[in-house]
Amino acid sequence: MSRSRTVILVRAAVLAGLVALLEVLCRVGIVDPMAVLPPSEMVGAMIDQLRSGELDESMVQTFSTIGLAFGVAVALGTLGGAVVHAVPRLRRAIDPLLASYYAVPTFIFYPLLVALLGLGKLPLVVLGVLSATPAVVISTLAGLDGVPPVLRKVARVQRLGRARTLWLVVLPAALPRLFGGFKLALSYALIGVIAGEFILSGSGLGYSISFAYQSFDSRAMYGAMLFVLLVAVGANTLLYVWEGRLARRRLRT
Amino acid sequence: MTGGVGDIAVMEEPHASLRGVVRRYGGAQPVHALGPVDLDLRRGEFFSVVGPSGCGKSTLLDVLSGLGRPTGGTVSFEGAELGGEVPDGVGVVFQEDASFPWLTVRDNVAFGLRRTGLDGRETARRVEHAIGFMGLGQFAAHYPAQLSGGMRQRVCIARTLVMQPRLILLDEPFGALDQQTRLLMGDELLRLWRETGATVLLITHALDEAAMLSDRVGVMSARPGRFIDLLETGWPRERDSRVVSDPAFGALTSRLWSSLRTESLKTMGRAA
Ligand SMILES: Nc1ncnc2c1ncn2[C@@H]1O[C@H](COP(=O)(O)OP(=O)(O)OP(=O)(O)O)[C@@H](O)[C@H]1O
Ligand SMILES: [Mg+2]
Repeated sequence: MSRSRTVILVRAAVLAGLVALLEVLCRVGIVDPMAVLPPSEMVGAMIDQLRSGELDESMVQTFSTIGLAFGVAVALGTLGGAVVHAVPRLRRAIDPLLASYYAVPTFIFYPLLVALLGLGKLPLVVLGVLSATPAVVISTLAGLDGVPPVLRKVARVQRLGRARTLWLVVLPAALPRLFGGFKLALSYALIGVIAGEFILSGSGLGYSISFAYQSFDSRAMYGAMLFVLLVAVGANTLLYVWEGRLARRRLRT
Repeated sequence: MTGGVGDIAVMEEPHASLRGVVRRYGGAQPVHALGPVDLDLRRGEFFSVVGPSGCGKSTLLDVLSGLGRPTGGTVSFEGAELGGEVPDGVGVVFQEDASFPWLTVRDNVAFGLRRTGLDGRETARRVEHAIGFMGLGQFAAHYPAQLSGGMRQRVCIARTLVMQPRLILLDEPFGALDQQTRLLMGDELLRLWRETGATVLLITHALDEAAMLSDRVGVMSARPGRFIDLLETGWPRERDSRVVSDPAFGALTSRLWSSLRTESLKTMGRAA
């Protein structure tokens, strides 16, 4: 316990050190404060923006898009992974594609998606789904591979049937690995959606940042950036903590 | 020859039986793992199987439980031939740890009962009884990861026990335990057997365990496993680990050993 606490302290100290360094560099003028706001002012800018309510609409827009993309990716990826797992031939065909998937920048298809689906929520959701789903498929495959065969045998001795075996035995046994995939999927969905908004969109947090950038409003830009950063880290931490809770029971305490 | 009281025992239908059972595993290097094997388990007996490692003991359990289909021959339980599924009334404790790591001991044990439509009170009663019986009372709320290997194996036994199987198959359940604990677990197994009246098939690599617990012991040859010796111990039903000091125990163990020695040498790749 005390060791992991030390690790957390060191980690926090590193981050705080870097932030403090940036603050000093900006204040002293080594980094142009017009180009990069000192961190303290970023925080101020973020608070101002949140107070003013100008981000409210973008937030709703972006978070709902991310949530939708994440949900679809989790459902699609888990299902797809299960199907691929069940058909070894399909698996052999698809494995290399999955392995190289993230070598391709998915964003480059975004203009195509806009051309096909019009400007709006839909192409962004699709982009998020495209970025996030393969991670879920990969982790689902790993999770299913990792289910000890003897547990499936127990299910058969208990005469569970397919659906119950899946729900009561396979899924819980695979859950820790599935969870890893869900975490990644959330990050990928967030990156996909915000990048999409950044490139081509009329609303959302990504758009707000890009708009502020183009209008030289660095306070607004850094405020929004910091906010996105905090939300991303916050969401991931939340999943991380939840995962830890699940895992703690299974592992030796 | 018909009638005659003595014939009843002979005529009694075996609880489970294997007829000419052969099991081969396919793949790049096909393995002839088992048989041909014939075996009749009498209702309510305690039968042990010993054999050199890799001779097909787990495979025997696989086909007898209905988990695996034999490549040849037939398996029947309570008069009905098995067809690729595990029949109702059969419980299996596996060689590997098969406890569910995401459930507490109590939930592990209750796992099968929850779906039998048994009312909650009766379920709880049976679960608590099985937990107590296996000496897990203090650990009911623990997760398997917090238990030792032997205790996890006991969780699996309890989980099988609550279903009140009529045939219990155990695959080296105490393989990982030290000698003293194994003897004591053997006593618990005897108690369980007497209390439930079930037919028990125990796979073990410990000759003393087989000699002490069983009504009959089957000795298997090196792979492909067949029965090369079948011996009756003649122990009374009320017995426990103290039979190890009985002179008959020494005779049984040494007979088992002489049957097995040649076979074990074969698996080690040496001539007898
Ligand atoms: N699924 C499988 N596919 C291919 N070969 C197998 C499979 N399962 C077992 N075998 C082989 O069949 C033979 C018998 O295996 P089995 O597990 O039944 O032996 P065992 O007597 O239980 O061994 P142990 O004493 O180590 O538990 C072994 O040679 C093993 O390698
Ligand atoms: Mg075995």
